[in-house]
Amino acid sequence: MSLKIIVLAKQVPDTRNVGKDAMTAEGTVNRAALPAIFNPEDLNALEQALQLKEQNPGTTISLLTMGPPRAAEIIREGLFRGADGGVLLTDRAFAGADTLATSYALACAVKAMGEFDLILGGRQAIDGDTAQVGPQVAEKLNIAQVTYAEKIEKIENGESTIKRRLERGVEVVKAKLPLVVTVNGTADECRPRNAKLIQKYKYAKTNSEKQNIDVSEQALYEKRPYLNLTEWSVKDVEADLEQVGLSGSPTKVKRIENVIFQAKESKQISDSDNDSEELVKELIANHTIG
Amino acid sequence: MNNLFVYCEIEDGIIADVSLELLTKGRSLANQLNCKLEALVIGSNLQGVEKQIFPYGADTVYLVDDARLYPYTSLPHTSVLIKLFKEQKPQICLMGATSIGRDLGPRVSSALHSGLTADCTSLEIGPHEEKKAGKVYENLLYQIRPAFGGNIVATIVNPECRPQMATVREGVMKKEIFDKNHQGTVVNLKASDYVSDSDFVVDVIERHMEKSKVNIKGSPIIIAGGYGMGSKENFKLLFDLAGTIGAEVGASRAAVDAGFVDHDRQIGQTGVTVRPKLYIACGISGQIQHIAGMQESSMIIAINNDENAPINTIADYVITGNVEDVIPKLIKYYKKNSK
Repeated sequence: MSLKIIVLAKQVPDTRNVGKDAMTAEGTVNRAALPAIFNPEDLNALEQALQLKEQNPGTTISLLTMGPPRAAEIIREGLFRGADGGVLLTDRAFAGADTLATSYALACAVKAMGEFDLILGGRQAIDGDTAQVGPQVAEKLNIAQVTYAEKIEKIENGESTIKRRLERGVEVVKAKLPLVVTVNGTADECRPRNAKLIQKYKYAKTNSEKQNIDVSEQALYEKRPYLNLTEWSVKDVEADLEQVGLSGSPTKVKRIENVIFQAKESKQISDSDNDSEELVKELIANHTIG
Repeated sequence: MNNLFVYCEIEDGIIADVSLELLTKGRSLANQLNCKLEALVIGSNLQGVEKQIFPYGADTVYLVDDARLYPYTSLPHTSVLIKLFKEQKPQICLMGATSIGRDLGPRVSSALHSGLTADCTSLEIGPHEEKKAGKVYENLLYQIRPAFGGNIVATIVNPECRPQMATVREGVMKKEIFDKNHQGTVVNLKASDYVSDSDFVVDVIERHMEKSKVNIKGSPIIIAGGYGMGSKENFKLLFDLAGTIGAEVGASRAAVDAGFVDHDRQIGQTGVTVRPKLYIACGISGQIQHIAGMQESSMIIAINNDENAPINTIADYVITGNVEDVIPKLIKYYKKNSK
């Protein structure tokens, strides 16, 4: 059975290794110093989609991402790894969205993309760690959800068998399509980019990215329509302006503080035998250990 | 009406620790707001389960008991919350940031268009002014959580939408008996009034749950290793020391991501929060997200070969040196000096 799969993906700042150079002198985060990457668990989700495509000939995979114009990089990255197409949802009106306004916008885009069997996405994005967008998109589309998936074992006769990895155990569930599935980082790692696909798609661009190209380059995009990446605005997905961006967000950020910890007066100890023994004796004497 | 709800998780007839922790927090918030604390349990064979909940101060326990409601699946539990919240109009709903709460919370918040803040590390009550709209709100729930990989802390409010929803990880709030003789009201809700047959679209066909093997949260001494430990093999040193002095081994996110130890040992904003008597940080540089999960330890010893490691600023003792050299010495001198 061929499937129509949509993979939700997000471009995120790499918050996992915030080094000293990523902090400004005032102690704030210098976002520009952090590389923008494909959200790691979204890559796990893409791999599940690619495996399903191998098992179910005729399956197509479309990526859907929301972000600034440069998030088109995410679509290309997906194409390099075997996706068939993608949509970038970009509009200033989406700015400042919380998870609910984000999910509403994504659900509008999914509806505009037409029929689908399965929506996959990472469990959560590393810049927010909320894990909310998957279930909220499912609710907005009024379809079921399976979160914390580690492996989509099979899809037969419109029914999926999915292994979930929970905090304290494992579950295998059966669920009918259509379905939203969010995938854990414990799932199979995404395959690398394919050299042939890089050759094929390296000039793939959105309209915004094609603004300054010359006539000869334009001819390339007419000759090879698959190089034209879809870029949609609020209007294109018929979203209600009241429900997107800041105005569509029930949560408001009241305050942002940099984290500063109260420094203590520390006692410096060498790694010598003598100092080590003195420390251990002290800890035993004051009943901290022993 | 206008009360504070805690969604209680249940496994093998036992209410989850995280739910009892939230009831404890919920009791103090409800006192501040002068409202009732209400607990909701959805599952199967729930008779008598209220006895586990009342000591934590709940005024009402709602029970929805039906064989099909255990184990948890998303849609039936979501349906109960949506309908009950439309009837009861709570001002606040708290749930655990667990694989259940993080599946259920977002779905409910989407259906009710109420804001949800995930993984809060602190909850407070306070006023809020929306300057543009010229409106002032009293007694909002401040949902305080780390953001951006733990480098900033954000205070989130939901001025207009109800309930104000938040999830909190296990171990972040303290669990304390309110009054062991406290009694409240039990309300049995009929499952069929809240759940429809069409909600049962996901079948759990296999399930293996384990009791947590490690009890980092309850250990008075924790030896934690970071990325600086370098390898899984070097972590064995920490287990040796832990075995010698009677401690548990914890780890930073970087060490877990590197595969040195399992995720259930992770300490920090995305792991557990701990408050031991003694915390020995080995090869941990001290990213904010880690420090936030252990800074309330009574005594902190940092062992690191980088004398400028951020963790040193919050440590009581700083040993600058290689962990591989220092740990065997600590083991040796403990054996020599302990009775």
